[in-house]
Amino acid sequence: MEDTGIGLWGVPLAIFAGAIRVSTPFIFVSLGETITERSGRINLGLEGTLVFGAMTAYAVAVMTGSPTLGVLAAMATGAMFGTIHGWICKWPKVNDIAIGIAMMQFGLGLAFFLGKSFIQPVAPKLPSIPLGGWSAVPQVQAALNINVLFFIGAALALFLWWAFKNTRIGLILRVVGDSTDAARAMGISPDRVRLLATAAGGSLAAIGGAYLSLFYPGSWNEGISSGQGLMAVALVIFARWNPIGCFLAALLFGGAGALGPALQSVGVTQGYYLFYAAPYVLTLIILIATSSPTRSLAGAPGALSLTK
Amino acid sequence: MTAEANDPRLSIAAGGNASFRPLLEWLARRAEPVAIGLVAILIGLALFSLFILAIGKSPVTLFQLMYTGGFGSWFSIQNSLSRAAPLLLTALCVALPARLGLVIIGAEGAVVLGGVAAAASAMPFVGIVPPIVLFIFMGFAAMVVGGIWIGFAGFLRHYRGVNETISSLLLAYIAIALMNQFVEGLLRDPASLNKPSTKPLPKEYMLGQIPGMDVHWGLVIGVVACILSWVLIEITSFGFAARIAGGNVRAAQIQGLPVGKLIVGFTAIAGGFAGLAGMIEVAAVQGSANASLAAGYGYTGILVAFLARHNPLAIIPVAILLGGISASGGLIQRRMGLPDATVLVLQGTLFIVILFCETFYGRFKIFNPDLWKRSH
Repeated sequence: MEDTGIGLWGVPLAIFAGAIRVSTPFIFVSLGETITERSGRINLGLEGTLVFGAMTAYAVAVMTGSPTLGVLAAMATGAMFGTIHGWICKWPKVNDIAIGIAMMQFGLGLAFFLGKSFIQPVAPKLPSIPLGGWSAVPQVQAALNINVLFFIGAALALFLWWAFKNTRIGLILRVVGDSTDAARAMGISPDRVRLLATAAGGSLAAIGGAYLSLFYPGSWNEGISSGQGLMAVALVIFARWNPIGCFLAALLFGGAGALGPALQSVGVTQGYYLFYAAPYVLTLIILIATSSPTRSLAGAPGALSLTK
Repeated sequence: MTAEANDPRLSIAAGGNASFRPLLEWLARRAEPVAIGLVAILIGLALFSLFILAIGKSPVTLFQLMYTGGFGSWFSIQNSLSRAAPLLLTALCVALPARLGLVIIGAEGAVVLGGVAAAASAMPFVGIVPPIVLFIFMGFAAMVVGGIWIGFAGFLRHYRGVNETISSLLLAYIAIALMNQFVEGLLRDPASLNKPSTKPLPKEYMLGQIPGMDVHWGLVIGVVACILSWVLIEITSFGFAARIAGGNVRAAQIQGLPVGKLIVGFTAIAGGFAGLAGMIEVAAVQGSANASLAAGYGYTGILVAFLARHNPLAIIPVAILLGGISASGGLIQRRMGLPDATVLVLQGTLFIVILFCETFYGRFKIFNPDLWKRSH
């Protein structure tokens, strides 16, 4: 361990760096899912949206040379997927959880189909901000090389937290999510609000995908997402539909995900794959600890089918 | 009072009424899912054709190739049947809990752990016991482990209020990590270099082919499991109680039905079947447990179950159909230069349209005998 210069300090540093690097897609997907679920609908299809967003962002960045255009294009496709989900789910007897699984398969299939020819070319990466200039240690510098999307995600979490409480749109969203009848009584169309909320959620999830293909790991292939889109659904429950909670939970997930690689880098190779499971085990334990068979979860939108 | 006495369909079938009306009513109710399902598949195929046209290929050629690759020859039919075998079992893993109103999507976890359990339980006995005893060992171990895995999701649902969709999915990811750990560590065959695997089964200990066919015995196991599941749901009082609980949990509890035991029992049986799919993959296809166990059968099983509307008998043709579609993927890739994900796009399209068409159930008077009188 002498050659790294920082020895075992590499472990917490790697977990810290990993938390920031790995958490960004979680931040965006979970914020998107929070918007959707606050409106009383659940979208399990965000995994497909995320992967399709990753493919779109990569393809557009390869073709135009601009990663920013890539992110914008991904947002457009994400909104489109969300709109399809929202439109189908407004019909009676259609199960939003099952449609989500179907949209996930469709999104994955379409992304693999259209993205086949973009596995080889190299896309320009998203810019990041080097905050580690003060340190002479290269590991610290690398760890503090933080992508702009991380900061945008953090700001967005704050903004949504404020907006849910203090804006008219936030109030409408919460009313629709808590009681379809109350919303109708107020003259709000629940279907339209849910459609827009699902579209917004899809659009944010696609940014998470764009981050995966344009920054970390920074390439497009069929295994780019290891379930981030689906994990986000659990993460939103964990965060109790609170945007700030989503941000913190995403950091925790990112850190848990970085545990395995960090330990491996200092020579701990036993049980490597079990560390891979850490974020999933963590989520499950938290779900078990915080759920109750007799009452619905605190903070859950009343019209949400998932927690009834 | 037996459960059967409550089932109105049985009293109709017993011929209490002399007119043809009961028969017509029965036909009308049965025709609804078939008619709506067929229309949904046609709409799905039409949308997929538009997509294929949009990328400049011929949908006619594609469907012809799909037929040739899936069902055009005895060879391709056998290939489709082999691919259908695990789907029958993973679809049951979704369909049985669905009767209780549970959406389980983590069958993949039971498949991979079932495969690992089968391989691990076979190791000490290879060469000592006859193959048939070994298969029983393997199948038993796989079913127990798969049953515990999915049964745990059912347990959490009832006793802790944890959403079963999310927990089963998390358990699937945990299962895949566990499998990788076992296959890389404790159970690894030192001779497997590039692809970490457990010790391979000798040829005589592989689950062989059905006589006269190039299809392994997994198909028979899957079909038998579907028939048994149908009997369980439709004929036994256990299944009847489950259907009541699926319809209305409160009503079932008021009736004194053991809802918790039903939920854990049904999810455990469902997981046992998915575990069995893993055992078949190990004993009939791979010969050892390795990362190929996570081939997505669990996820395609969700599609099969929903297409079959969670009816165990309907799962049989649907699984063969989807087995055929996936078997034709290679041919489409070679002949038309389309990516192998073409099949995924088709599956996704069909899945969405079929779920969307749920909205049409009960909307057509012709399928609903209760509305016939009012029309005259």
